[in-house]
Amino acid sequence: MFREKWSRTWPFHVMLWPACALTLVFAYVPMAGLVMAFQDFKPAKGIWHSPFVGLKHFEFMFDYPDSRQVIINTLVISVLKIAFGLLVPFVFALLLNEVRRILFKRVVQTIVYLPHFISWVILGGILTDMLGTEGIVNRTLKQLGLKPVFWLGDGDWFRFTVVVSDIWQNFGFNAIVFLAALAGVNPSLYEAAEVDGAGRWKQTLYITIPAMLPIAVVVGTLSLGNILNAGFDQIFNLYNPLVYDKGDIIDTFVYRTAILNSQYSFGTAVGMFKSVIGLILIVAAYRLAYRYAGYKIF
Amino acid sequence: MYYRTSGYRLFEAINYALLTVVSLSCLLPFVHILAVSFSGSAAANANLVGLVPIDFNWEAYRKTIGNPNFINALVVGVERTLLGTAVSMTVMTLAAYALSKDAHGFSSRVAYAWFFVFTMLFNGGIVPMYMLIRGIGLMNSIWALVLPVAVNVFNMVLLMNFFRTVPRELEEAALIDGSGHFRTLATIYLPVSLPAVATITLFTMVFHWNSWFDGLLYISDYRKYPLSTFLQTIIVQQDFNKVDLDVNELKNISQRTVKAAQIFIGTLPILLVYPFLQKYFVKGIVLGAVKE
Repeated sequence: MFREKWSRTWPFHVMLWPACALTLVFAYVPMAGLVMAFQDFKPAKGIWHSPFVGLKHFEFMFDYPDSRQVIINTLVISVLKIAFGLLVPFVFALLLNEVRRILFKRVVQTIVYLPHFISWVILGGILTDMLGTEGIVNRTLKQLGLKPVFWLGDGDWFRFTVVVSDIWQNFGFNAIVFLAALAGVNPSLYEAAEVDGAGRWKQTLYITIPAMLPIAVVVGTLSLGNILNAGFDQIFNLYNPLVYDKGDIIDTFVYRTAILNSQYSFGTAVGMFKSVIGLILIVAAYRLAYRYAGYKIF
Repeated sequence: MYYRTSGYRLFEAINYALLTVVSLSCLLPFVHILAVSFSGSAAANANLVGLVPIDFNWEAYRKTIGNPNFINALVVGVERTLLGTAVSMTVMTLAAYALSKDAHGFSSRVAYAWFFVFTMLFNGGIVPMYMLIRGIGLMNSIWALVLPVAVNVFNMVLLMNFFRTVPRELEEAALIDGSGHFRTLATIYLPVSLPAVATITLFTMVFHWNSWFDGLLYISDYRKYPLSTFLQTIIVQQDFNKVDLDVNELKNISQRTVKAAQIFIGTLPILLVYPFLQKYFVKGIVLGAVKE
């Protein structure tokens, strides 16, 4: 290693300072603010003069039935999202790979990536309109002689709607990495299999799927770090008090208790619980991804 | 060949049909909302509109354009997007250029990189963030929507990776000719990696246009809401607590066709940049995901 010479590297330091200053203020200062979780924080007293209360808020979090339920909801919704969020893009990429008309393939890709870029404000507005009791979906169900479904008004249906609409929004976008993996498969493998008399199903089983598995392992492992992120934007724009028991997640709960009801310290504690578990999971996931798939982010 | 067998032909027919249905499912909700926005309000309120407008008219758009609150939010939304993107891209490009160097004996690079990457792994959560914004007096300021999100580490790493693909010889030639690093960045790196920079600029713009929660948190005066926040509270959640509109105005903006028109106008900028975005993001993601 060279010793760094200031006379040569000063422009790099200067270039990095604006980003560092912003990161320091807007990422590291809030981390220090987590000390609020161990206080009874009152805005009037500020962070320097609020009394310390130890682990009170964390104990309360695990004793209080609402917050326990919220943790369970978060896990249920995010596990379903992770599992199907991996499976559906995988299958979609396989199916799209079988399309030999380039134009059709392009059009499908262009359309299915689109919802990923639309915010949940818009999607929520459209979905609540379409899935309401009098919305177009229930009207169609009625015309088919079926009973209307409370997509957003019944707890279990709400979970279903949340998972399906999340998959719907992202399956195309998440298929990109799989399609990239497929584009890298050497065509001579298929030719050799053809010569050996393997049908398309056998080729898929022994060439295509194995080519996608490493990236699937990486994506799956890395998404473990998101297990406590059940999707704030989506839930917040779809839920209502009727489905709090099954659909309220950590992030929405923190927003309501801390910001709307001013229980700042309790909200900080719940948020900190989530961040710490998230950190542990991400580090574990990266180590796993590195060990089993040789994936390194840096 | 496998695709001549009758079994595969059957599969292919089903496959094409399935993919068509899946694609339509991603498109039709937007067509539906567009159809509602162009329909007569009687038909829309009775939920008769499917994919084609009934009693086609522009009334909803006329009302939307004539609503000063909507126009105001639209302007704030554009302002926020332009300012936020400009600040973010400037800060990130400078940092990414520096981080892309290690051959100049710039050994602090690793420390800087970890300083940024750690913020991807851990954060203070919304309550300390909210208290910080209150504490430093950024409440109700557009800067509260711009500065906290200016450094996106993921995008910065993408930019850094793009800068690394610029041939070293170009940079060396520039430095020998007496150009400093700032000038090298502006006159060589930026033009050479223009497609990459354009992609990340578009990503940042879409991010800013779509952001709504920070507006809800940090802005208490609805007249300073950017469009996404305005749509979220007033149009979708119909939360009129913070608003002092008169009853007629409320009736106007919560009408179903007008609601649809506003939602559609909110989506329009994304639809407009989407073709450009789509052209590059596939490349960007693959480059970001697959490294040596």
